[in-house]
Amino acid sequence: MRYLTDRKRAVGNGASGTGTEHHWWMSASGVALAFMIPIWLYIVGTTLGTDQQTVITTFSNPFPAILTALIVVVGMRHFAKGAEIWIEDYLHGTAAKATKIAMHSLAYVIIATALYALGKMVFIGLLLGAN
Amino acid sequence: MAEAKPVERPLSPHLQIYRPQMTSFSSIMTRITGNGIVVGVILLVWWLLAAATSPDYFNFVNAIATSWFGDLVFTLCLLGVWYHYLAGIRHLIFDTGRCLEIETAEMLGWVCVIGSVVLTLLTLIIIHL
Repeated sequence: MRYLTDRKRAVGNGASGTGTEHHWWMSASGVALAFMIPIWLYIVGTTLGTDQQTVITTFSNPFPAILTALIVVVGMRHFAKGAEIWIEDYLHGTAAKATKIAMHSLAYVIIATALYALGKMVFIGLLLGAN
Repeated sequence: MAEAKPVERPLSPHLQIYRPQMTSFSSIMTRITGNGIVVGVILLVWWLLAAATSPDYFNFVNAIATSWFGDLVFTLCLLGVWYHYLAGIRHLIFDTGRCLEIETAEMLGWVCVIGSVVLTLLTLIIIHL
């Protein structure tokens, strides 16, 4: 005799323990990135290869600065949570946990470094009187 | 007490016994591109940090970022971004329960491969105008 009803087995957080939260988060952040990526590629593509003053002036403008901050924050969270999926396929136990922590740490270091660089460029831009 | 012995089970996906096909190839490529892009992001964020630091440091990092090596990394990442972009949209379509027939799914795989090359070339042309 089954003590769990069909409904009880179907409702809940499943084997992942977090239900569909991860999948939904990846979809939502993916859609957000899809809107931002084409414009951001254009800004970065046209700024790469210019001199330092142009780079600072470009990224001290509100639109490129905010868009780049969004791309890095949303993109790196999307990267870290996406990396969890392949880690769960190829690694298990402590190795999986350690690799996940390493991937999340790498993502946070990239986020913090980019935000620091953007903030400083906005500040230098203000000093240069670009805005 | 008998120790519970872990059974050596093959790990999924069973790459050793898998015949290469468009659907598995396009799925694996989504992972490789999604993770590979981070190399370009690191180089780009390093370049941003250098621009915010000093002229000497910027010249050093900018020389790497605009060298043949930098061009190679950024071009491959651009290809990776567009592949991951199209593959991600494909997954959003799959999530709605559409296009799951084998022929349609394989066709969408080709759309990702060919589309990413086309979008990469288009991006390179537009940013060099």
